[in-house]
Amino acid sequence: MNWDAIAALPEMVLLAGACALMIMDVRVKAEHRQATFVAAQVVLVACAAATAYVWWRFGSGRLSVFYGLYLSDVMGHVLKLAAYLATSLALVYSRQWLIDRGLLRGEFITLLLFALLGMMVLISANSMLTVYLGLELMSLCLYALIALNRDSAVSTEAAMKYFVLGALASGLLLYGMSMIYGATGTLTLNEVGQALAGLVNNASERPFLVFGLVFVIAGVAFKLGVVPFHMWIPDVYHGAPTPMTLIVGTGPKVAAFAMAMRLLVNGMLELAHDWQQMLAIMALLSMAVGNITAIAQSNLKRMLAYSAIAHMGFMLLGLLSGVVEGNKLSAADAYSSAMFYMLVYVLMTLGAFGMLLYCSRAGFDCERLEDLRGLSRRSPWYAFVMMVLMFSLAGIPPTAGFYAKLAVLSAAVNAGYVWLAVAAVILSLVGAFYYLRVVKLMYFDEPKETSALEPGSGAFQFLLSVNGAALLLLGILPQGLMQLCFTAIRAL
Amino acid sequence: MLLSLAIWIPIVFGVIVLAVGGAAGGDRSAPLQRSLALGGAVLGFLVTVPLYTGFDSHSAAMQFVEMRPWIERFAVNYHLGVDGISVLFVLLNSFITVLVVIAGWSVIESRVGQYYASFLLLSGMLNGVFAALDGVLFYVFFEATLIPMFIIIGVWGGPNRVYAAVKFFLYTLLGSLLMLVALLYLYNKSGGSFEIADWWKLPLPLGVQVLLFFGFLFAFAVKVPMWPVHTWLPDAHTEAPTGGSVVLAAILLKLGAYGFIRFSLPILPDACHKLAPLMIALSLIAVAYIGLVALVQADMKRLIAYSSISHMGFVTLGFFIFNAYGVEGALVQMISHGFVSAAMFLCVGVLYDRMHTRMIADYGGVVNTMPRFASLMMLFAMANCGLPATSGFVGEFMVIMGAMKVSFWLAFFAATTLVWGAGYTLWMYKRVVFGPVANGHVAALQDLNERETLVLGALAVAVLFMGIYPLPFTEVMHPAVGELLRHVAASKL
Repeated sequence: MNWDAIAALPEMVLLAGACALMIMDVRVKAEHRQATFVAAQVVLVACAAATAYVWWRFGSGRLSVFYGLYLSDVMGHVLKLAAYLATSLALVYSRQWLIDRGLLRGEFITLLLFALLGMMVLISANSMLTVYLGLELMSLCLYALIALNRDSAVSTEAAMKYFVLGALASGLLLYGMSMIYGATGTLTLNEVGQALAGLVNNASERPFLVFGLVFVIAGVAFKLGVVPFHMWIPDVYHGAPTPMTLIVGTGPKVAAFAMAMRLLVNGMLELAHDWQQMLAIMALLSMAVGNITAIAQSNLKRMLAYSAIAHMGFMLLGLLSGVVEGNKLSAADAYSSAMFYMLVYVLMTLGAFGMLLYCSRAGFDCERLEDLRGLSRRSPWYAFVMMVLMFSLAGIPPTAGFYAKLAVLSAAVNAGYVWLAVAAVILSLVGAFYYLRVVKLMYFDEPKETSALEPGSGAFQFLLSVNGAALLLLGILPQGLMQLCFTAIRAL
Repeated sequence: MLLSLAIWIPIVFGVIVLAVGGAAGGDRSAPLQRSLALGGAVLGFLVTVPLYTGFDSHSAAMQFVEMRPWIERFAVNYHLGVDGISVLFVLLNSFITVLVVIAGWSVIESRVGQYYASFLLLSGMLNGVFAALDGVLFYVFFEATLIPMFIIIGVWGGPNRVYAAVKFFLYTLLGSLLMLVALLYLYNKSGGSFEIADWWKLPLPLGVQVLLFFGFLFAFAVKVPMWPVHTWLPDAHTEAPTGGSVVLAAILLKLGAYGFIRFSLPILPDACHKLAPLMIALSLIAVAYIGLVALVQADMKRLIAYSSISHMGFVTLGFFIFNAYGVEGALVQMISHGFVSAAMFLCVGVLYDRMHTRMIADYGGVVNTMPRFASLMMLFAMANCGLPATSGFVGEFMVIMGAMKVSFWLAFFAATTLVWGAGYTLWMYKRVVFGPVANGHVAALQDLNERETLVLGALAVAVLFMGIYPLPFTEVMHPAVGELLRHVAASKL
């Protein structure tokens, strides 16, 4: 037996764990659902241990297994660890909210774990087939999760919208992949890269390749949620139950980033000149549409949805700065800045939606801007945490969000996109306005109700506080995470 | 080590005050929070004293240098050091912080811990701005100061505080974001270095220099503030609590002017020479036009805010005539303005705490009930209009001398500030302090208590000392200014 297959140990652990949980949960009564919850966390820890083991065993090398379908590398390890963290925090943050609304059912946990499995397959994909497999596994679980509260018309509508548009995007992606396959004759991404090297200067093949590339980009852009493929984001973020919004806004973003890296960088780096131009336009439009539209929102979830669009535009600044006039020397700098941005963004999103869940209680969803009014009177500490999150999203030092912006802007300036960097900072000024409004509501306004905030569970309080503090700590000492991203990208 | 202490002692104490305020039931432990804040501010000031006494005033080099790698991925260093220019601002900032803490002692009743913590954090960050020798470190401190100031104005400010706080934040953020792009461009052109001193040696073509100059100009002109991007200042000053106005006028405005000295002048000398007429014109507009605007203000704080803009116009004028008199005069003016504007805002604060109005029309005959206050305020008013033997005179005189070397008419227009300054300051003083007792509220006024006398007295000593014997200040900055002018004179095309 070929022991290299052990590179996929994390996926195996998760698959076995999720199946076991599904069977176990049938026998667990509703009042003992806690057991499933704890078991899910144990599975996540086991996955993290498995990833750590694989990382330790194979070091920083790249290992392709299952006939080139699956790739184990450092970027995969880091992104998977981020996905575990996001899933684990999502479970803790949403537990009380779900219990209060009778939604903490076995399906929730099982679907979440299978969605995570999809993300992991996507993160480690080395073939267009695996990309599609992981993408669909993840997306189908997410559609079901959003519709979990089946009595809510808004949630169901959001799920339908997500499903229809998601299916369309998958179709586009498949169509693009088929063209690339037709041109290169292979599905394995690194072989696509090698085949492209011989084809890009072939005038008769090139239009065909670029045509396929456009469709692939559309699929990737849909998953990232960048303009003009962003339409689903506000409705899904707004309509989905808050825990599901938290889930959709974090782990899948990591996976979408991995998908972009795998397809565009691992596979089609030779076409960088073409896709960088497309990404530049999408980045500019995303930052503009996201930041400007967010100002008009009175619903926090919707505001954060537009902010997500804007942030993905910012992240693209790093992704589109890798190859300068055919020169790939600073590619690792640029891609690692995008990866750093993504990880920091996920941490901020976890915290922001975590805060919304923390301020909610039975029969009350904290989701309008108004609901945060006077929070600093009711709970000084959590108002402070939210303030750190908002300043971090706005990119003000000394928070991690600033270094994320610094890194991608630096990449853009190095690649000669000074105009794009100037546009980006001006649009981020527009963005600062609506983040400031949240701080203003919490600190400057008097609360509508003066009662202290109901404290959540100990684990929730602890993790949410650590989440906020981590953004400050990363704002003072960002070197570790930056270096980790660089190491991961350099080993790509 | 001293510079790190000057930065981190106030910040650590700020965090402690915040924690005490949060943990021990908010305002019930207010006395403890106040004492802790005072302890932090005094300790923060004491560690800066050896910076001056141990300073080698014959050297233009950076002193008390600390250098540690911070973000190796971007070659960013935790690089601190002061020359003869920045050491004075570190001292000024730490000194003013002590006064601000004392001034708020019995005035701030709600959210005491957050109030003091904001000021202490702000103080530490400001020391960081003046001591930073690394571009990113500078930027981090420069922009981080926005957060506590935003909170100070928004939480403890006047009726229109939210508008003022948001305007302040967005205005200054716009400037600093463009500076960030300029910094990244310099990082790229210098081959991956964020060391400010490396950028001083970097050759740049004129077109690039001009673009970078405007990138920096937005950041610094908004902070100074220069006409026409000054409009946030009157709002912010008017709505901020007394302590906020004091720090804003005394220290935060100096960040912009300091930025010109650290970045624009030495990195982009050719662009500076080319655009000097523009800068001089903007400065003169600030001096003359804003001086006239100050004259018609009905609100005392607004009047002093406009007077600050006018005085800062003198500072930028001094920088862009590129001679030793002009630059040193501008620096002296910055320090002096730190004392005088702080004192003027504290005087208005003293009146406001008693009468809860800032309108000049509500006062009159204050001298009858508050003689001690009236005599102290007299001194500060005189310093504000640049009377000899006060600190205000030294800087303005030097800048006018410097301007005279360039052109008579330049000096002539600059010197009109003495007329406008005397006009708006003394007219306000006359209407508020002299004349018959205006109403029953004025008749019931209590004179300064010990705390207020201490704060204003300390500033009075500083103003007089600097006016009579400015040598300790100019002597320290002399070599650094010489070095700066050498950079400005050398073309980098």
